[in-house]
Amino acid sequence: MPLAESTEPRAVAAAPAGRAKKFGTAATRAAIPAVTGSLYAARRKIQPQAVRGTFRWIKWVLLAVALGVYYLVPFLRWHRGAGEPSQAVLLDLDRGRFYVFSIELWPQDVTYVMGLLILAALILFLMNAVAGRIWCGYLCPQTVWTDLFLAVERLIEGDRRERLKLDAAPWSVEKIALRGMKHAIWLMIAWWTGGAWVLYFADAPTLVADLATFQAPPAAYTAILILTATTYGLAGHMREQVCTYMCPWPRIQAALTDEHALNILYRDDRGEPRNSAKKSALLRAAGQPAGDCVDCFACVTACPAGIDIRDGLQMDCIQCGLCVDACDAVMMRLGRPTGLIGYDTEANRRSRASGGGPVSRIVRPRTVLYAALVAGVGGFMLYSLLTRSFTALSVLHDRNPQFVILSDGSVRNGFTLRIVNKRPVERRFALSVEGLPESRVEVVGGVPDALPVPSDATQEFRVLVFVPPGAPAASAPLAFRITDPATGETAGAQDYFKAP
Amino acid sequence: MADTANPGTPPAGPETTGHEWDGIAEYNNPLPRWWLYGLYATIIWAFGYWIAYPAWPLVSGYTGGLLGYSQRATVLGEVAAVRRERDARGQAQLASAAVAEIRADPALLRLALATGKAAFGDNCAGCHGSAATGRQGYPNLQDDEWLWGGTAEAIERTIRFGARSGHGEAHVGDMPAFGRDGILTRAEVEAVASYVLSLSGKPGVAGAKPDKGAEVFAGNCAGCHGEAGKGNPEMGAPNLSDAIWLYGSAPEQVVATVTNGRKGVMPAWEGRLDPATIKSLAVYVHSLGGGK
Repeated sequence: MPLAESTEPRAVAAAPAGRAKKFGTAATRAAIPAVTGSLYAARRKIQPQAVRGTFRWIKWVLLAVALGVYYLVPFLRWHRGAGEPSQAVLLDLDRGRFYVFSIELWPQDVTYVMGLLILAALILFLMNAVAGRIWCGYLCPQTVWTDLFLAVERLIEGDRRERLKLDAAPWSVEKIALRGMKHAIWLMIAWWTGGAWVLYFADAPTLVADLATFQAPPAAYTAILILTATTYGLAGHMREQVCTYMCPWPRIQAALTDEHALNILYRDDRGEPRNSAKKSALLRAAGQPAGDCVDCFACVTACPAGIDIRDGLQMDCIQCGLCVDACDAVMMRLGRPTGLIGYDTEANRRSRASGGGPVSRIVRPRTVLYAALVAGVGGFMLYSLLTRSFTALSVLHDRNPQFVILSDGSVRNGFTLRIVNKRPVERRFALSVEGLPESRVEVVGGVPDALPVPSDATQEFRVLVFVPPGAPAASAPLAFRITDPATGETAGAQDYFKAP
Repeated sequence: MADTANPGTPPAGPETTGHEWDGIAEYNNPLPRWWLYGLYATIIWAFGYWIAYPAWPLVSGYTGGLLGYSQRATVLGEVAAVRRERDARGQAQLASAAVAEIRADPALLRLALATGKAAFGDNCAGCHGSAATGRQGYPNLQDDEWLWGGTAEAIERTIRFGARSGHGEAHVGDMPAFGRDGILTRAEVEAVASYVLSLSGKPGVAGAKPDKGAEVFAGNCAGCHGEAGKGNPEMGAPNLSDAIWLYGSAPEQVVATVTNGRKGVMPAWEGRLDPATIKSLAVYVHSLGGGK
């Protein structure tokens, strides 16, 4: 350890006796064992064992639902009227419109997207405070696709034992065939993942036909290629490395969890001391303490993250519950109660250790706060969505010139009006000016009584307001108002009339 | 290990990186090796980038890169694409349609207004101002006073041929230098100036006689400006009875105008601008608010 020898004398010299008094004994600790291993670790390949049980079943159902939603939603149809897209969920970037069933969002409605992100974060916090990493373990695309890829791998190469054997075996025709088939199916799933993604951005049936006949825009092929590569790479090869090294959530989760949050935990008070089944039986017969854990490593081999849950709550654990299923199966075979590994809280564990009863506190300040915030933000967004207007008006006063004196001494102001028509029909709006009784209004290239605005679009108009000589002695406020005579919908905007 | 100060302190937890700051050491949690390879890959990528794209400054210039990429060429390509797009969207139609047709077609009108606004800033703003409000001697195009007519067609004609521009079709009109050339005496000039100002209720030159001025006006000015001073766009003679004064409404300014005459020049734009642009300009100027 040359590094240690070179640094330690300095550390010793920098630790005078007074320091312990000032900073505590830790400040004087100089025995820093220097790095002996590599700063970089080679990846340890993980070959998880298949398990059966409640959590595996829940995960299969969620996987089917999540993938079903992802792959099929672009093909749902939704009638919106002539000239409007008939796709239920469509992100039309070219025209700047997001369609989600009956909701149509314009670029200026991007606040709803922001609200959804805030809501998503709050729901994540709430889930975490109630039951740990539900998102990571069951719903995260990384988990879902990795699960799917693992299922394919298991189908072709067999379970853990066969795969380990295949890994160790020399290259043969059979190994090449198995590996080739696995990667081919993976690539197909990955390609399909990218293919479904682009369908959200254009009319799905049309785009499918275009893609098949090589007439789709290059951006579609590029997006499919990129997503094929990321899906194949992340779900087929990177897997738990994504969760451990790339995702920020493990670090955030560590800061959000508390002693009352449910997490997948090993009940060491019941499991320890761990021994082989035979030895435990002997100890028990002799009236000596024996834990339920038989140290069979079923939980470890089942873990897709490659950790030992018995080491306690750890960053790499995505809390998928597969170790629970693995352990329960063993416990049932041994005739011991299940639940040696399961959803539990730190507070509960401590209470049991000190002989107390079960502790459960789902209602805590943080869960109440998160729930209130979710309800508040969600309620506000829903309210504003339901009450939002389909008509809007914005006004821009001419900056230069601010006013024009005409030959008869009257004063003219110019304005640019933009009328927003969010309805899928062409509408004609009547324009009026409020606050200037003697004024006269002209619209360049139109008549104020019927300003046409195409369906689902905005239209700009140049509007001139005239005031006879001397009518307003100084600048005066005025307001524009547009009204759709057909529906009575109306919108207004404030501005000023500038006089010399 | 030279643990003389704290013999027997056991190392707690996993090994550390070997650095220590005020008693704080860092655990060695090894990064995955592929992360390191990622770093190397980005370094190799950078070399590729240096070769493929413009990268290194030289004494006079820079390395061009094998791909020959240039932001300037990209912009020029985009400009050309916009030109083609514009032609496809009706720029060609603007050239063949009459201004009245352009104004009647909302889509063409919008295109003409956008084209005209840009062309105005490039070609007209130098004299008429960026807001078309003009200044002394350069007419305000926002108001409803027009020397040579305020219909869109008249404006188009003025833009095409100009005023006193030397073009064969240009507007021609001469206001004599009544004072400088000795046609009127100083007193007569002051009197007629006072009379003209009185038409719009403005105070005249102190001590001048507006009654005498009316006589002088009828004899010398009414031929072009009309009996009542309402002007005549055929001659480019402005209306003298309204609130708008191209050369100023102060008595001394009007006296200077009568004394020296006025001969504002506007260049002919035909041949310098294409027909589509000229028509767009006419429609744009007409739309500013004062068009007849």
